[in-house]
Amino acid sequence: MTLKALSVAVAASLLSTAAYAACDWTPDRPVTYVVPWGAGGGTDANSRMLASLLEAQMGQPFNVVNRTGGNGVVGHSAIANAEPDGYTVGAATVEITTMHHAGLTDLNHTNVSPIVLVDIVPSSVLVSSDSEFNTVNELLDHAKANPGELTGSGTAQGGIWHLALAGMLNAEGIDPGAIRWIPSDGAASAMQELIAGGVDVATPALSEGKALVESGELKALAYMHDSRMAALPDVPTTKESLGSEWTLAAFITMSGPEGLPEEIACSYEKAALAAMETQEWADFKASRGSDVVIMGSSDLTDMMARTSDNLGATMKAIGLAK
Amino acid sequence: MSGFGEVFSLVFQWNVLGTVLFAAMYGLFVGAIPGLTATMSVALLVPITFFLDPVPAVAAIATASATAIFAGDIPGALLRIPGTPASAAYVDEAYALTQKGEAERALATSLVTASLGGLIGVALLAVFAQQLAAVAVKFSSVEYFWLGCLGLTSAVAVSSASLPKGALALFIGLFISTIGIDIATGHPRFTFEQMDLLDGVSFIPAMIGMFALSQVLRTVTTDLDTIVPRVPIGSLAGEMVRVVRRYWVNIIRSATFGNVLGALPGAGADIAAWIAYSLSRRFSKTPEKFGKGHPEGLADAGSANNSAVAGAWTPALVFGIPGDTVTAIAIGVLMLKGITPSPRVFVTDGTLVYAIFVAFALANLLLLPLGMLAIRASRYALSIPKRVLMPIILVFCVIGAYAVDNTLFSVWVMLFLGLLAYVMEENGIPIAPAILGIVLGKVIEKNFLITMLKTQGDPIGFFDRPVAGVLGALTLALWAYLIASTVWRGLKRPAVE
Repeated sequence: MTLKALSVAVAASLLSTAAYAACDWTPDRPVTYVVPWGAGGGTDANSRMLASLLEAQMGQPFNVVNRTGGNGVVGHSAIANAEPDGYTVGAATVEITTMHHAGLTDLNHTNVSPIVLVDIVPSSVLVSSDSEFNTVNELLDHAKANPGELTGSGTAQGGIWHLALAGMLNAEGIDPGAIRWIPSDGAASAMQELIAGGVDVATPALSEGKALVESGELKALAYMHDSRMAALPDVPTTKESLGSEWTLAAFITMSGPEGLPEEIACSYEKAALAAMETQEWADFKASRGSDVVIMGSSDLTDMMARTSDNLGATMKAIGLAK
Repeated sequence: MSGFGEVFSLVFQWNVLGTVLFAAMYGLFVGAIPGLTATMSVALLVPITFFLDPVPAVAAIATASATAIFAGDIPGALLRIPGTPASAAYVDEAYALTQKGEAERALATSLVTASLGGLIGVALLAVFAQQLAAVAVKFSSVEYFWLGCLGLTSAVAVSSASLPKGALALFIGLFISTIGIDIATGHPRFTFEQMDLLDGVSFIPAMIGMFALSQVLRTVTTDLDTIVPRVPIGSLAGEMVRVVRRYWVNIIRSATFGNVLGALPGAGADIAAWIAYSLSRRFSKTPEKFGKGHPEGLADAGSANNSAVAGAWTPALVFGIPGDTVTAIAIGVLMLKGITPSPRVFVTDGTLVYAIFVAFALANLLLLPLGMLAIRASRYALSIPKRVLMPIILVFCVIGAYAVDNTLFSVWVMLFLGLLAYVMEENGIPIAPAILGIVLGKVIEKNFLITMLKTQGDPIGFFDRPVAGVLGALTLALWAYLIASTVWRGLKRPAVE
């Protein structure tokens, strides 16, 4: 679905929601915005920006609180288990659709009330600029011929960028362990390891690696998405390069606790979608090299359910699911 | 590089200067409140920077972080509550001065060395950023493992207690750092099914509890009525001039060293302050005065950690890799303002980048008058009778622990570790090495496991990179020296008796 078609669909669904709910609830005291990941990361930056724009839309302060820990379990639980009174919302991320498969928690995407999609973050295949590999196929051929020789990094064991690498190997008919996973705190430390020669490949979001690719420190072999990134148009997509057409993207949402009343949910949806149409949001997105995505509650709920099924199947195939 | 005139005209505008002044006061205020960190002060500024031009926006971030780090020394010296892990290295030294009635001397030393350390750090950043960054990004998990070991060793080496007691404190800290999810396997350890413990014990509540609460307990049980007479030190400015005259070699040495460590992502100001403090003691002509209230260690550690704050911008600007949590946020703001970090940033955005450096330097100069006002104001805190002051500190402990991540659980952590620290100190076991164990334990363990995973268990992997080999040999030599000198002293003693 193109963005335009999507926004039309959203507008239509908004109109139909408006038919039975006024969607004009506003908070009358400060709202807590829970971010399950650390300050300075992509989820944090997007959420802080959205929170400051929501402040302008709804007239109350939105306090961003980083509740990190347990590979996202702590923060996601804080969102899901909060009082559904509209005074706690948060940034549920793709991990809420995978952590229950990994056996970390019983918590899953049905325990939050999705409001809007904030960002979609496709993965990438990065190597150091002095690497012998120049295409993703060269890399995969080498891994297939020499299983266990190469190492890859990007996030913790079983994290989303680990799924990106292992899932790609699996989809291409290669043993998912053919490139050994070296856990890291996050994309920044994984890319540092890559430059320092500590690992051979990293699979973080392309947006996270953009600055280092542009400066020539890293080579981007592939973008795990179905269309090329506007900011880096020379990087081929996995859909073009790989027979399996494997793609993988993480996402960031704004979600409320389970059982958020319809009136509050649709008011937030309206305010957030309005915030995303401002010039500030467009500038912010452009500065990070990503596109503005517009997706409301009902499409987002479907997408999260679909992602849970797809990634669950991948995790089973590569032995990461319990 | 663009002309100086152009750079200065970008900085010396009323809106830039006004922003720097506001951010400096704001940073001082936030940093002086126990529990609120430099990182938090910067995160709260981000939404505001969106409405500012590039230079004032980034200048605000740099300024607030520089002043907040110094401000963290104020509760550290007065109340034994270190503002950041970076000031934990010398909080005992500063508090010892306060107990002798020389709080103003401690704070004057911290202030002038913070300002000079910051200025030297910015100068080094402006001149050597590219070369330094090229070295810093070559550090992989092996090098960080050895660096962490060096940091830990320095804690034991400088501890004024005996080596076994220092080591015991360190191991208590290391044990606390193993609580939480193990990075390599994702398995929870010592969490007792408590979700709040999954991420481990966070160090701010730990620091507040172990330093401040234990001090409250000791004061309440022993000397509630003694009043420490204030020792007049003359004018603050005069004292600061004396500090610079006496310790200028220490300041330049530690600021240079701190800047280099600060440029290493993930090492930074914490390790810099500890190692600078231990080197200070090694090179000092009067090492016996350390730990009892001696400004020399403060001068070294204070200039090292503020210089490290500037150093952290090195990898951030050149490669977009954050040197610490503050620069992680700063990178977001830089990109938002159209400055993309890259090795060519000094060419592509040269004027902007140098304008930011000038603003950064300005912030460190502004720190002097503002800091002096803060020190004058802090006199009143010391004239409060202890019967009134102790409950107030207790309230600050609770609020500070709670403020870190808005959970009551952190308050329990603070209370529990405060009791533990009280028992430790009553038995002559120092606190500072335990704090370092908590901070560095995770760094060391993580980098050890990552290295083992990479080499599939081959220990040669810890030495087969040039920098790792040197750092590893240095660490092993230091351990051998420490053990040999302890054994030597043990052997000599019976002969003397």
